[in-house]
Amino acid sequence: MASSISLWVFLFAFWFLLSGHTEPLLLGFGAFSCTIVVYIAHRMDVIDHEGHPSHLSFKIIPYWAWLCWEIVKANIDVAKVIISPKLPISPVMFKTKASQSRELGQVIYANSITLTPGTIAVDLENGVLEIHALTVEGAKGVLTGDMDRRVCKVKGEMEGHDE
Amino acid sequence: MDLILDILSWFFILLGSAFVLIGAIGVLRLPEVFTRSHAAGMVDTFGTGLILLGLMFQAGGFNLIVVKLIMIGFFLFFTSPVACHALVRAAIVDGAKPMLKEGVVLEGEYKDTPKDEGDKPS
Repeated sequence: MASSISLWVFLFAFWFLLSGHTEPLLLGFGAFSCTIVVYIAHRMDVIDHEGHPSHLSFKIIPYWAWLCWEIVKANIDVAKVIISPKLPISPVMFKTKASQSRELGQVIYANSITLTPGTIAVDLENGVLEIHALTVEGAKGVLTGDMDRRVCKVKGEMEGHDE
Repeated sequence: MDLILDILSWFFILLGSAFVLIGAIGVLRLPEVFTRSHAAGMVDTFGTGLILLGLMFQAGGFNLIVVKLIMIGFFLFFTSPVACHALVRAAIVDGAKPMLKEGVVLEGEYKDTPKDEGDKPS
């Protein structure tokens, strides 16, 4: 129930930001649509910790800031590789362990790897990631495990309460 | 003040466009699908990100337009890695072999014990 209400509030805020209308009639329509969406989502039984990850908390914001900076650095590296006349690529494919205990954390880690140019998560099975990297340097960057640890830290507080 | 905002805005938009252009050159220059998708990934993270940032300076203060631009960036942030992963995964499932550099030994690489690697559709 609590997560249904928080989903409704979230949806309504989203609707309001997109529409920008303040007339009572239109606000009413917005609230009505949100209610229907929450009702359907409830019937479909998709309001769970994966469909509505309210437990992620604000700890993820410093992580995103750090990730954005990593993306900037990686972009400059890849851009250098592309525009240098010799095209110094050294593509490698390797496996690494995602040490997050639950799937959501592993997906956050895999998505972060893919977002960073130069590395793409190809496969994720049983907590083992298969990664394609454009250069050996990029692959070494992943294997230092820095990002892995940071994702664990973001997820740290939700590891406690398993279903 | 307007001039400073315009300069910042132009700076970010032009830089973003430059990265989109480099990404496009990368898609042409790199040899095969896996390496090319790295270049494409550059376009949809940094290129679009910088252009959105540049556009925010054109909005004239912090208003609903800025919020919407942030939302676009936010959704791209989540959807583009999924699209990129799906593309590469589809190539792998279809049997494309990545062109790899020979004889690279990576420290700390995860080695799995050889067992049946049945093709599981995912």
